[in-house]
Amino acid sequence: MIRLTLLKLLQAVPVILIVSVLAFLLMSLLPGDPAVLIAGDQATPEAIEQVRRNLGLDRPFLEQLGIWFLHLLQGQFGSSLMLNQTVLSAMAERLPVTLSLAGLSIAITLPIGIFAGSVAAYYRQSWVDSLVMGVALLGVSIPGFWIAILSVIVFSVILGWLPSSGYVPIDQGAIEWLRSMILPAIMLSLFQIGFLARMTRSAMLDVLSQDFIRTARSKGLSEWVTVGKHAFRNALILVITTMGILVSTAIGGSVVIEQVFALPGIGRLVVQGILARDYPLVQGVMLIYGFAFVAINLAVDLLYTVADPRVRYD
Amino acid sequence: MTEIALATGPAGGAVLAPRRRFIALRRLAAHRSFQIGLCLVLLLAVAAIFAPVITGIDPSAMKVRLRFKPPSEAFPFGTDSFGRDVLTRVLYGARVSLWIGLVVAVMSGVCGAVIGVLAAQFRRLDAPLMRLMDALMSFPAILLALGITAALGPRMESVIIALTVAYVPAGARIVRASALVVRELDYVQAARIAGASDLRIMFRHILPNSVSPLLVQMTFVFAYSILAEAALSFLGVGVQPPTASWGNIIAEGRDYATEAWWVMLFPGLGISLAALGLNLLGDGLRDVLDPRLKSG
Repeated sequence: MIRLTLLKLLQAVPVILIVSVLAFLLMSLLPGDPAVLIAGDQATPEAIEQVRRNLGLDRPFLEQLGIWFLHLLQGQFGSSLMLNQTVLSAMAERLPVTLSLAGLSIAITLPIGIFAGSVAAYYRQSWVDSLVMGVALLGVSIPGFWIAILSVIVFSVILGWLPSSGYVPIDQGAIEWLRSMILPAIMLSLFQIGFLARMTRSAMLDVLSQDFIRTARSKGLSEWVTVGKHAFRNALILVITTMGILVSTAIGGSVVIEQVFALPGIGRLVVQGILARDYPLVQGVMLIYGFAFVAINLAVDLLYTVADPRVRYD
Repeated sequence: MTEIALATGPAGGAVLAPRRRFIALRRLAAHRSFQIGLCLVLLLAVAAIFAPVITGIDPSAMKVRLRFKPPSEAFPFGTDSFGRDVLTRVLYGARVSLWIGLVVAVMSGVCGAVIGVLAAQFRRLDAPLMRLMDALMSFPAILLALGITAALGPRMESVIIALTVAYVPAGARIVRASALVVRELDYVQAARIAGASDLRIMFRHILPNSVSPLLVQMTFVFAYSILAEAALSFLGVGVQPPTASWGNIIAEGRDYATEAWWVMLFPGLGISLAALGLNLLGDGLRDVLDPRLKSG
C-alpha cells in the first residue's frame, strides 16, 4: 500500500511538469506578438516594449520556460492584467462561489445518480429500467446552458419562485444562499446525474451477474442484504473511479452555468479574462485547475485501491 | 442470406472475419436504440446537407420589418431580432455543428488510435505518451478547449483543434488498453516470429483488432463535441456570427429569450436531438461490438 502510494505520487510528478509546460505553451500559441495583443491596438511602441519586458517575452524561449518554472516554484502564478491583482488572489475571492456550485451539484448528483442506476439495473429490461435510462439519456444529451436559460424563464420570470441571477454568500443567510444556488446547481447536475446513473447501472449489472450474488441468494439472504449490501458495495468501487470525471465535468460545466446565472465564480473570471484578452489570467487559472485535478485524480486512484484490495498496479 | 453463402466459401477460416462482421451488422440492425439513433442522426444529417433545398432562404437575409415574428406558416420557427428566418438558420447551423462534431470525432479517433498503438507497441514511448495524456486529461475538457480556442482565436478551425486535443487522451487510453491485450495474442506473436515489421504488426494486426471500443468512443465524442461546440459558441469564443451554429443562435437569442423564446428554443432542440441520436447509436454499437465494455 505504501509502495503503491509512492509509485502513484512519483507518476504524478511528470504529469505536473507537463501540465506546467502545457499552460506555458498556451501563451505561445497566440498568433502574432503576444505583447502587442496584450498591450492593445492603441498602445504606443514604448508601452508594447514595456509589456514585453514585464512578461519576459524579449528573452529566448528556453529562458522564458526556466523563469516560468522558477516563478512556479516560488508560488507565483502570474498576475491579471485587467484586475491588477495576482491570479491566486483573484481565484481565492471567487472560489467560494464555484465551490458552492460544484459542491452542491455533486451533493445532488451522487444520491440520485447512484439510486437511479441501481434501480434500473435491478429491474433491468422492465419499464422501470427503460424509463430511468431514458431520462438519464436525456440528461447527457440536453445542453446544460440551454435548459438552464429555459429554467430561468420558467422558475424566475414566469413563476417568480427563485432569483434569476446573482450570488448570496452563505454568511448572509443559508436560506438566501440556497435560493441563489439551487437552480444553477440542479441545472449543472442534470448531465452528471445522467452520466452517473448510466455508469452505476452497468457496474451493478456486472456485479449482479456474478457468482457470489447467486451464492448469497441461495444461502437465503434477503434481497435487501444481497443487493443492498453485497452488490451495492462492489458496484460502489466502480463508481469511485467516476468521481474524478464527475468533479471535472462539474468544474467544466460551472464555467457555462456561472455565465448563465451571472454568478461571480472562477468560470466567469476565465470567460471575462478571455474576452478582455487577459492571457496571464487565463493561463494562471488553467494551471491551478490543472494542478488541482492532478491531485484529485491521484486521490481517486488511491481511494480506489483502498476500497478494492484486489487492485494492484504493476 | 447472401452473407451466409459468402461465409461458406472454400477458404473457410479466411472468411471468418467478414462473416462475424455480418453477424454484428445484423445484430446492430435489430438493436432498438441503434435503430432510433440511426434514424435521428440520418434525419438531421439529411436536413443539414439539403438545407439550401429545404428552405430556399438566405440564412443571413435580414428583413427588419419582420423582426420577432412568432412561429407561423410562413416562418415555422419564427424570426429573430434581425428578421432572419430561424428555421433556415437552424438548418444552416446544423451544417456547422454536425460538421464540427464529425471532424472532431474522426480526428481525435485517428490521433488516439495512433498514440494508443504506439504506446502499446513501443514500451519506451509508453510512459512519456501516457503522462502527456494524463496531463491533458487533468484539465476539464471544456476548460482546455476554452483556453486553446482563446489562444487560437474564435474561429471554427480553432474549435475543431481545441476539441480534438481535449478528446484525444480518452481515445488513446482506450486503444492502448485493448492493444496491450491484442499484442500478446498468439496470431500477433506468430506474425512477429514470421518476421513482420513493427509497422505491419501495428497497423495490420493490432489496430484493426483494437478499434471496436474506439468506434464506440468516437460516437460519444461526436455527441460531446456538439454539446461542447454549442457551449463554446455560447460563451463567445466559438463560431462567430453571422455564420450560424446552434450554439451562437442560442447565444443571440438569449438576450430576448422571454419575449422571443422561439429563437433559442429550436437550436437547443437540434442539439438535444443530435446528441440523443448519437448517444443511442453509441449505446447500440457498444452493446453489439463489445458486450463487456461498459462505459457511461
